[in-house]
Amino acid sequence: MAHSARTDCPELPDFFLLKRLARDQLIYLLEQLPGKKDLFIEADLMSPLDRIANVSTLKQHEVDKLYKVEYKPIVSTSDQLCFLIRPRIQTVKWIYVANADKATGRFRRYKIIFTPQKFYACDAVLEEQGIIGDVTTDEWSFYLLPLDDDIISLELPEFFRDNFLAGDQRWVRTAGSALHLLHSLYGPFSKVYGIGRCSKMAYESWREQVEEGEQKARQAEIGKVFLIDRDVDFVTPLCSQVVYEGLVDDIFKIKCACVEFGPDVTSSDKSIKVMLNSQDRVFNEIRNEHFSNVFGFLSQKARNLQTSYDKRRGMDIKQMKTFVSEELKGLKQEHRLLSLHIGACESIMKKKTKQDFQELLKTEHSLLEGFEIRESISFIEEHINRQVSMIESLRLLCLLSITENGKSSFFLCSYGVDHLLTFANLRQLGLLVEQQPGETLTVMESKVGKLVNDRTGGKLSDAFSSLAKKSNFRALSRKLNLVPKSDEEYDLRVPRDMAYIFSGAYVPLSCKLIEQVLERDGWTGLEEVTRLLNGHEFAVTGYGADSKAKNDAQRIILVMFLGGCTFSEISALRFLGREKPSMLFLLTIWLMETPRVSVTLISSIF
Amino acid sequence: MMKNKADEEDYWNSSKFKAFTFDDEDDEFSRLKESKRAVNSIRPLVDEDDDEEEVEKVSWSGEPVGSISWSVNETAASNQRTDREPAFPKINTDTTSISKSHSGYSLSALFKGETHRSLSDSSVRLYAPELRKPKSEYKVTTRLTAVSLEKFRSLQDKLLLLDYAVSAHDGNVITAVLIYLKRTLSKEVLFRELTDRQTALRHFIHYLTESKDQRLLLELLRALGRTEDMALLQYKEHLGIADENKRRDFLKSCLSLPFSPEDSVHVEDHYTLLERQIIIEVIPRKQEIFQKFPRKASILNMPLITTLYYCCFYHYTESEGTYSSPLNIRQTFKLSEKQFFVTALAARAKLKAWPDVDALFTSRNWLGFTRKKSPLSFQRVVDVLHKNSAPTQVLQDYVALVDDAELRITLAQKHKCHDIVINTYRDLKDRQQLLGYRAKMARGSAEERKINELLNNSQIRWKN
Repeated sequence: MAHSARTDCPELPDFFLLKRLARDQLIYLLEQLPGKKDLFIEADLMSPLDRIANVSTLKQHEVDKLYKVEYKPIVSTSDQLCFLIRPRIQTVKWIYVANADKATGRFRRYKIIFTPQKFYACDAVLEEQGIIGDVTTDEWSFYLLPLDDDIISLELPEFFRDNFLAGDQRWVRTAGSALHLLHSLYGPFSKVYGIGRCSKMAYESWREQVEEGEQKARQAEIGKVFLIDRDVDFVTPLCSQVVYEGLVDDIFKIKCACVEFGPDVTSSDKSIKVMLNSQDRVFNEIRNEHFSNVFGFLSQKARNLQTSYDKRRGMDIKQMKTFVSEELKGLKQEHRLLSLHIGACESIMKKKTKQDFQELLKTEHSLLEGFEIRESISFIEEHINRQVSMIESLRLLCLLSITENGKSSFFLCSYGVDHLLTFANLRQLGLLVEQQPGETLTVMESKVGKLVNDRTGGKLSDAFSSLAKKSNFRALSRKLNLVPKSDEEYDLRVPRDMAYIFSGAYVPLSCKLIEQVLERDGWTGLEEVTRLLNGHEFAVTGYGADSKAKNDAQRIILVMFLGGCTFSEISALRFLGREKPSMLFLLTIWLMETPRVSVTLISSIF
Repeated sequence: MMKNKADEEDYWNSSKFKAFTFDDEDDEFSRLKESKRAVNSIRPLVDEDDDEEEVEKVSWSGEPVGSISWSVNETAASNQRTDREPAFPKINTDTTSISKSHSGYSLSALFKGETHRSLSDSSVRLYAPELRKPKSEYKVTTRLTAVSLEKFRSLQDKLLLLDYAVSAHDGNVITAVLIYLKRTLSKEVLFRELTDRQTALRHFIHYLTESKDQRLLLELLRALGRTEDMALLQYKEHLGIADENKRRDFLKSCLSLPFSPEDSVHVEDHYTLLERQIIIEVIPRKQEIFQKFPRKASILNMPLITTLYYCCFYHYTESEGTYSSPLNIRQTFKLSEKQFFVTALAARAKLKAWPDVDALFTSRNWLGFTRKKSPLSFQRVVDVLHKNSAPTQVLQDYVALVDDAELRITLAQKHKCHDIVINTYRDLKDRQQLLGYRAKMARGSAEERKINELLNNSQIRWKN
């Protein structure tokens, strides 16, 4: 069941270069402040920094002590302070407030390194505080962090919130620059497709940068690019993940391709941090699998491992020596990985059994299909009343709202009235749909909770079916055939389409769009779909590209999710890459600190 | 919950994915456990020399992550220059494009400065081996500051500047221009001009939010007539008030804010709730129950349902007249039957007060007979009780009330209510299942005897 790598795969570009570039620029910037210095690092930069440099690298360049930016007074005794931060007004203000040097007459040198870029608003704060001159500033253009052979991340936790919630376009140019960096290192691209407002702006920004800069012609390593805004498809990130990597992320939180497994997984008293990427042979084989397939695979592996170990019985000294020098190391590593993933599986099972996972999935599937809406509403209501996981409740409410344009307000009773603010934000994002005056009745009814009452229930479902007509998701789902017909058996062991990532119940909208556009080489024939998605689609060709168009690189497609994507979507795209050798091999990018969009949606609220 | 049973079964029968359960009884899971045992059994061999170097270190421990051999030549060689890159066309954007010629100033030059150092340049720099050398052309400040904004003095020029910034889609530049306009225009004029410029307006609101300029932000929202947003923004301030009395007073002052009708009900509830919590919090905690189950946290600022749970837990029997009585809470906040029921059930089950649990379900019909009724499906009831570790004797009463036979058997098996399983199979006249179930029972147990009796009963007409 493990998908063997296809032999005719084009080779993926070497993203290691990106790490080296970032690392060398950082070193260069540190050297701009010669001599011993203390370094303050923004908390959310720690993990990304870990991926490209380490303490000894920093020490070599005279970094003395390391601190985390914690909005507390600065206690450093060093004469030189260096701050590696995000361009946030709050942090810049803290740097001023936190050090009492001016008052005490102490002289120190300060340097602020903003990453990935500096904003004028931050400069304005420094100017207002009268410390320009005392403080020098710089930019560390660390745009892209390769996390795996086929994943690069922009690591911008605030991208989603700033862009989609606040409507601030400050990261558009950053996205354009990231694209430009990839273009100059791995391009030229032959074609760019995209959908969404931000995608369009990012494209424009990139195009301008290309025009301004000189280009080095080179052998293209990436052929095509697909840009997609997260708000084109909010449904997919709201669905529970059932692919192994997605579940691991749900439960243990994968951060920069690294996860911390607690004592319950390691069966010892300590936690360990593990890298989760294609280097982990066991993980690599199960990461894209539906969870139900994972046990079988692990059991098989365990048996094979046992057999390999058993081989050593009856060996003579010489054979034993070869065994130890050649095989043992590999076996031991595999053994370690296997017991970790088995432990992780157990832990996932335990957590999921606790929370009615089966019923949760069923509710989600009903909402996606548009059947049994009344039962689903009732389930969500009880879920809320029982104060089960708030995030799950909110996720379900949003899903209900997007797929059915409905809403419920038990939520505030169970999780606090403060969440009025959450709802205001979700409405702003379009995740909760504002009720029309005529529909207020529905809200009131669900509020009073008379759903069990048949009469009201009937009225409710009438109201919903009339609403469903307005719901774009329903129409999109029909047009793109996102919900497969339910009369056929879906064998998850032999996935036949991308729907397997959601147990065969739903093909992710985002990935379906990508597939369709690439197959048609544009948006022709998808006019109705783009109308439902509010337009902003484009497909442009770079001229002179066709001469080289036949090489393998043209099959390598860069997909850039502006605002983040989920592991399920990554799995779906990997599946597509395996299935469509003629044209596809996918490379995914996300632009958030974590791909846990739904969680981010909700936690970004206050 | 009156689930449509037919629909539900239908769902499972028609379900297109293989029944895959997260139940621990599952075969797959036991296989997994087996594998775990197998793997663990070989552990000693591996632990002989505990080499952990395979674990990639990800902490700031100073260990080398892998030596990075940096070859300048190699990279530089692959970067020979040739002809110009094919250019991509501009997409027709629907934003109103401003003709640059309208302005007498070189706006394009202004923004060109913003476009960062060119990448090719920066990569060349990065490949340069002499890292310690100061590099004069590297230093690229935001050149926006280099070009003085002070040149833009007439309102028309300022607005042109703003519109140009918006059409360039760079939020950083938009905000920069807005900061300048904020400094050089009166609030009235600025607010008026922003009204028709949505993109710029959103940037301005975000800027004010980030720099915590609450006062100006409120003024702006008021000027725009966005009263509900204004109300929410003011309401949000309560999050920063730690003292509960001050917070209550603040919430009270919020009641007059122009919320939407729906929100204003919620805010009123919020105020009433906190007021109530403050009263409940100071009730002397002398009763035995507080000693037996000491509180883990204060009730202040908890959600309504949590408060109800607390009262069901500690103040269950109090008369409806007291503020801490669950019934009073239910009345005051007009909670639904289901909300009340679920919460009371969970709280009483947690205390193992089974008679209270039982009483929750009891209703009398007009003939005076008692029967068990629940606003929640009995399946869910069993689930709630199980999670509060109810013993089998208690569980089986409720499992027995599950209407659907299949579901009842599943639940009964899960919770080891053997009698119910056996009786249900008997009612279904399913001899085969009964035989199968006997095999799972302990030898010589009462259950086994009961099954034997049934199987030997010649009066039952088995269907198989």
